Amino acid sequence: MIKILDARKGDELFLLGNEAAARAAIESGVTVASTYPGTPSSEIGDVLSRIASKAGLYFEFSTNEKVAVEVAAAAAASGVRSFTFMKHVGLNVASDSLVSIAYTGVEAGMVILSADDPSMFSSQNEQDNRHYARFANIPLLEPSNPQEILDFTKYAFNLSEKFKIPVLVRTTTRVSHMRSRVKVGEIKKMRKKGQFKKNPKRFVLVPSTAKTMHKELIKKTEKISKIVNKSPYNQHHKTHGGYGIITSGGAFNYTHDIINEKKLPISILKLGFTYPFPDKVVLRFIEDLEKVFIIEEVDPIIEKDVLSIIGRENLEVDVHGKLDGTFPRIYEYNQDIIEASIRKQIPLKIKRKEPLKAHLPERPPTFCPGCPHRAVYYSINKALEELEMDVIFSTDIGCYTLGIESPYNTADYLLSMGSSIGAACGFSKATRQKIVSFIGDSTFFHAGIPPLLNAIHNKHNFLIVILDNRTTAMTGGQPHPGLPFDGMGGEAPAIPIENIIEALDVKFKVINPMNIKKSIKAFKEALKMDSLNVVIARYPCQLSLKAKGKPVKVDNDLCNECLECINKLACPAIIYENGIKVNQKYCRGCAVCIQICPEKAIRPKRGSSR
Amino acid sequence: MKLSYDIYICGVGGQGIIKAGEIIGWAAMKEGMDVVMSEIHGMAQRGGVVSTDVRIGQAKGTIIPSGHADLMMAFEPLEALRAIDKIRKDAHLIVNLTPIPPFNINAGEYPPVDEIIEKLRRFSGNVYAFDADRVALEAGHPLSTNMAILGAATAMPDFPLSQDAIIESMKANLPSKLFKVNLKAFNRGFMSLEG
Ligand code: SF4
Ligand code: SF4
Repeated sequence: MIKILDARKGDELFLLGNEAAARAAIESGVTVASTYPGTPSSEIGDVLSRIASKAGLYFEFSTNEKVAVEVAAAAAASGVRSFTFMKHVGLNVASDSLVSIAYTGVEAGMVILSADDPSMFSSQNEQDNRHYARFANIPLLEPSNPQEILDFTKYAFNLSEKFKIPVLVRTTTRVSHMRSRVKVGEIKKMRKKGQFKKNPKRFVLVPSTAKTMHKELIKKTEKISKIVNKSPYNQHHKTHGGYGIITSGGAFNYTHDIINEKKLPISILKLGFTYPFPDKVVLRFIEDLEKVFIIEEVDPIIEKDVLSIIGRENLEVDVHGKLDGTFPRIYEYNQDIIEASIRKQIPLKIKRKEPLKAHLPERPPTFCPGCPHRAVYYSINKALEELEMDVIFSTDIGCYTLGIESPYNTADYLLSMGSSIGAACGFSKATRQKIVSFIGDSTFFHAGIPPLLNAIHNKHNFLIVILDNRTTAMTGGQPHPGLPFDGMGGEAPAIPIENIIEALDVKFKVINPMNIKKSIKAFKEALKMDSLNVVIARYPCQLSLKAKGKPVKVDNDLCNECLECINKLACPAIIYENGIKVNQKYCRGCAVCIQICPEKAIRPKRGSSR
Repeated sequence: MKLSYDIYICGVGGQGIIKAGEIIGWAAMKEGMDVVMSEIHGMAQRGGVVSTDVRIGQAKGTIIPSGHADLMMAFEPLEALRAIDKIRKDAHLIVNLTPIPPFNINAGEYPPVDEIIEKLRRFSGNVYAFDADRVALEAGHPLSTNMAILGAATAMPDFPLSQDAIIESMKANLPSKLFKVNLKAFNRGFMSLEG
């Protein structure tokens, strides 16, 4: 971690793309950095969180991405450099302010890094955030590897400062999570504090000022259009007929590999600085070509710009991309996909192996052994069973979304961060069904409070279960406003969730979900209530608990193989292998299974604590 | 023409797979070679499949295309079979014999390990299977399985890095208090294939 900060100019480090982004912030003299954690961008914050104090910059985990982008914008308006980064869907949350920041512009460099997730490794969609550059009218850079993340981000700061405009850097999961050699540069001295120079005509967007600022923005983009055509990030050799490929970001890597491996006579134009669109560079590249392939992830964005150039210039070049069905319109690419797609247009001699056709057992992700979420879902399902009640589970984003899996089946509706409560308001008016919302602690702070106010004020009726595991678990355990420390490790006032609920005059109860009997009772009471009410289930994430309890064992003489522990609780440490057994390697000794076994066959193991 | 020496490392969350990849990658970089490596994070802690692709050479993409892997280091037998389309003809396969059955199936549904190995041999004549968990335990730490498998990898005739380079990298990338045990596991892993 520290090596990322201590490395000197010219040193070579083996860095993850996200680590390179953190280094770029340091080398660029960033004074203020902010984020809300989200895969695939999380490691940038993890690194900055550890090195910020030593580096002398201010870093925070903001409550959500909108706040994060506003923190960064105000810093940049005050003349100090700022960096904010988030996963692609986080930029949706931030977008309201993002569009305005493009209008007001900045005084010092401001870079926004969006880490997109083609193929949805850990997201609810695979939206292509390159659209945001066009939407907000701000410059866009698309690095392909960690070295480029470092170089492009540093360039983005200079560009931003020169034209007083925020700049977007777009990565994807494979680029953010690529590790390779990075030659680091010099660390720029940062300005400790800025000075905000008042200028309401610029910084207060009301209709009259916004009209002027939009004009200013367009002027800036026109100037940048000239630079983009001379950018070293958009270079290629002159082509003379034949075939060409235009590509960017992660897709470039696979394209490079297939062309070089098969020694195909196709020239590649790699675009790194892609908005404003480098139309002159592209025109020069395609004008003599017969066919051009456009290879990009995920939407046909470059492709449409190329088509518009061809239309305007009346060129006769065949364009093969997503729109004509040559390349897939969804998911991330790889060398195999690109090869198969190119083959649709050019006959390539390739030997194909028969793929292995065997059905192998899957490994779906599940709650860790000892996870409090499993206990919550077990208890609420028991309570519902006893009350013979059927409910709609309006869930949210976090580890607990895994409740979608059997045997829990505690997820029926999910849109985005905070939607559990907002959607429950809709269900409560539109149906006669009973509704339960599940929301995590970090998600509650992020986007759960406005819909809660809505639920109270508009007299909606449902149960909210706040799964408070004292961390932002899904992304690796970052702090949030409910915890007594901040993103730089300093002490911070913790905001207890129950204080918020209490102040709103809503009935609530705090339970320890690891106590099954009491939890079932609390859920039964809460479910029977005919008004909005809240249960806060509080127990720390297993991954954050240093000590583990004593593993348990099964007395197979007492066990009658009712399978309650396997079929209803489904802790992965409990297995069936000639009788019920507990895998001692995985058991965390949380003692939940002890409480649910009707035969009292599961017991603490005496002696050792391993 | 292949652009790189491709190593596919696979297994289950918590086995130290990414660390093993990082040690190889770092060593390659220090030896002046080009190297790219993929890390997929996220659900790793939750019992899911974990894999990393290490590509030493001119390749830029981090996903090893099908039929390309020169070496597979499988930390779990079922995961070796799942990824078999990745390997080239006669690739070297190092397979840990200790199975980790997925939590959601009954023990009986897990294919017998010798059947898995048998199937793997149909894809390559160079399958080296050994119980890396046991080797690690004998070396002194159950969590050094990854180093036992790494040791075995260095015994492969076409492995592009010297043992010294890997050991240097272990020194730089592992906690110093565990280095001795890890080195022991590494050496024993190497021996179990040599012997
Ligand atoms: S719940 Fe108890 S009795 Fe039932 S199968 Fe599990 S250990 Fe046996
Ligand atoms: S005590 Fe029971 S429920 Fe808890 S981790 Fe161990 S086996 Fe699983």
